[in-house]
Amino acid sequence: MYVAVKGGEAAILATHDLVAEARRGDPAVPEISVAQIREQQALACARVMNEGSLYDQDLAALALKQSQGDVIEAAFLMRAYRTTLPRFGSSEPLDTAAMAIRRRVSATYKDLPGGQVLGPTYDYTHRLFDFALMDEGGEAAPRSAPTPLDATMPRVPDILGAEGLMEAEEPPEGDPRPFDLTRDPVSFPADRDVRLQSMARGDEGFLLGLGYSVQRGFGGTHPFVGEVRVGEVAVEFVPEELGFAVDLGDVTLTECQMVNQFQGSKEVPPQFTRGYGLVFGHSERKAMSMSLVDRALKARDFGEATNYPAQQDEFVLYHADNVEAAGFVEHLKLPHYVDFQGELELIRRIRREREERLAREQGAKEPDTMPEAAE
Amino acid sequence: MTIHQMPADDTKPAYNYAYLDEQTKRMIRRALLKAVAVPGYQVPFGSREMPLARGWGTGGIQITAAIIGPADTLKVIDQGADDTTNAVSIRRFFERTADARTCEATDEATIIQTRHRIPEAPLKSGQVMVYQVPTPEPLRRLEPREAETRKMHAWAEYGLMQVKLYEDIARYGEITKTYDYPVMVNDRYVMAPSPIPKFDNPKMHMSPALQLFGAGREKRIYALPPYTSVKSLDFEDHPFRIQSWTQPCGLCGAGDSYLDEVVIDDQGGRMFVCSDSHYCETRRVEGHRGTMLGDAAASGLVEETNP
Repeated sequence: MYVAVKGGEAAILATHDLVAEARRGDPAVPEISVAQIREQQALACARVMNEGSLYDQDLAALALKQSQGDVIEAAFLMRAYRTTLPRFGSSEPLDTAAMAIRRRVSATYKDLPGGQVLGPTYDYTHRLFDFALMDEGGEAAPRSAPTPLDATMPRVPDILGAEGLMEAEEPPEGDPRPFDLTRDPVSFPADRDVRLQSMARGDEGFLLGLGYSVQRGFGGTHPFVGEVRVGEVAVEFVPEELGFAVDLGDVTLTECQMVNQFQGSKEVPPQFTRGYGLVFGHSERKAMSMSLVDRALKARDFGEATNYPAQQDEFVLYHADNVEAAGFVEHLKLPHYVDFQGELELIRRIRREREERLAREQGAKEPDTMPEAAE
Repeated sequence: MTIHQMPADDTKPAYNYAYLDEQTKRMIRRALLKAVAVPGYQVPFGSREMPLARGWGTGGIQITAAIIGPADTLKVIDQGADDTTNAVSIRRFFERTADARTCEATDEATIIQTRHRIPEAPLKSGQVMVYQVPTPEPLRRLEPREAETRKMHAWAEYGLMQVKLYEDIARYGEITKTYDYPVMVNDRYVMAPSPIPKFDNPKMHMSPALQLFGAGREKRIYALPPYTSVKSLDFEDHPFRIQSWTQPCGLCGAGDSYLDEVVIDDQGGRMFVCSDSHYCETRRVEGHRGTMLGDAAASGLVEETNP
């Protein structure tokens, strides 16, 4: 810009003060604490942990506080912090069959070992305002079930797998460490570990829309919810110097396994195929959307047509990342004077040349149309 | 096992010099070496998540962070100017994380990170240009799939681009690309020069400076080593030409610089001024006066300098 007055830096610093003021809101209203957000906005925290790819409830709550509840901004804060953390190594694979169940429902079996566990869910609430929540205090304590939950809750696809009806999922040869898309660039076609990783941190709304699209007809997926389960799973890590697994603590996870039909092929008898979703916290919508899109992205592996967006790994993986997407969309706010000047110069010149051409053509016709005795 | 680095008021000790850890810098330097070895080829790299937004220069920032050292002097420009908001923000980032010595004078800088412009003053041997790149793939608008465009580059199959340029001429009488105008590098790779105006394309050709391009969101790095051939694509009967203006800069009178248009009233009044703020200031200090300098100084838009 031609403005040589150096106001840019001072103006930027002033925006930091203004956003702090806007964040606080009316100072007469008590300030919200990080602990309150962590405890009372846990589903928002879960979304921030998922899209920020970092399991830390306190930091997720802090991110939400700092971003005034803007979930994508909060995920961005998480990722910018995560990227600076040292990597100790990979945990042992989590065993979700050993999950301490809070909720577990299956749509494929009326009853099954372990039973249906409804747990905390909005599914059966009526979406009527509870105006009592306008006032504070007075939450009802839930009653304990008369009998404790079963100790074992087999996963539904394992039940189908025992009969040979479910697509077997074997790790690739040598069971290599999964790809880390935050460390290495993705190439296409992308393998399943990359796809699942990308979706786990992908935007919930984007995956929901894609999952919905395959259900409506932009993709052939026609699934059953084999199972959705929510609960705590232990994370184990084997330090090199010890040589045995150490329990690092529990994480809350939501796992969804969709059961899809597959006609079979010359080599493979007809069987069910799996769509898989695994996310942090209690996030059923995200886990279900992910498992729909996971199955859609397997189309190529099964020799199915890949005509729809949800079946194309490049489309899904590149566009599911909301921090990247938000950055690029919002960069349009940055100055573009130089490029716009180029466009202005071009459009003015093309219009001028067009007018000159039209005038010439008009002039060429004029002798015929003009009356001869103009004077 | 979460390590909470509870940052104190002074957050510097928590971060490595120039923000990125040394392993990441090595990874980026390896990608840079490959890029320099194969001019114009897009090298995938493990682009890190940065504390600045994607699309706001994270590719350029990562390159600068990987090459900057205490002996460097950094200049950051956006739209050719040192004081546009994002340039200020990126300069502050390196002042904070790398104690970087910064400057506005093109000839004093050892590293120039830029968005959308190449400075008007000629670059010198030993200088490094770092371009922020939104879309590294010049064929992306013609073919959205990365798997396909990589094949097209491998086979040097650029017919699609030629057809696109030809169609422009057939429809409008000229190639309508005004910025990010595709170039042929070293007679091998078609390359996106980043959204610099095509006015700047000729400055890339045989430049004595090392030119590095970083696309953070798209995770690609590419480069032009010094004295590399860079030709803007054209046809024999429709040779490449750059933008020109009917009037010189209103502040410094330069007739050879890229001009920004400034709307000065609601009566259709326009003023054209250099987009390269340092070039314009230098000329004014040297005593060049544009026709509107007096008015602009009187209204406080620029400080009038008397040589």
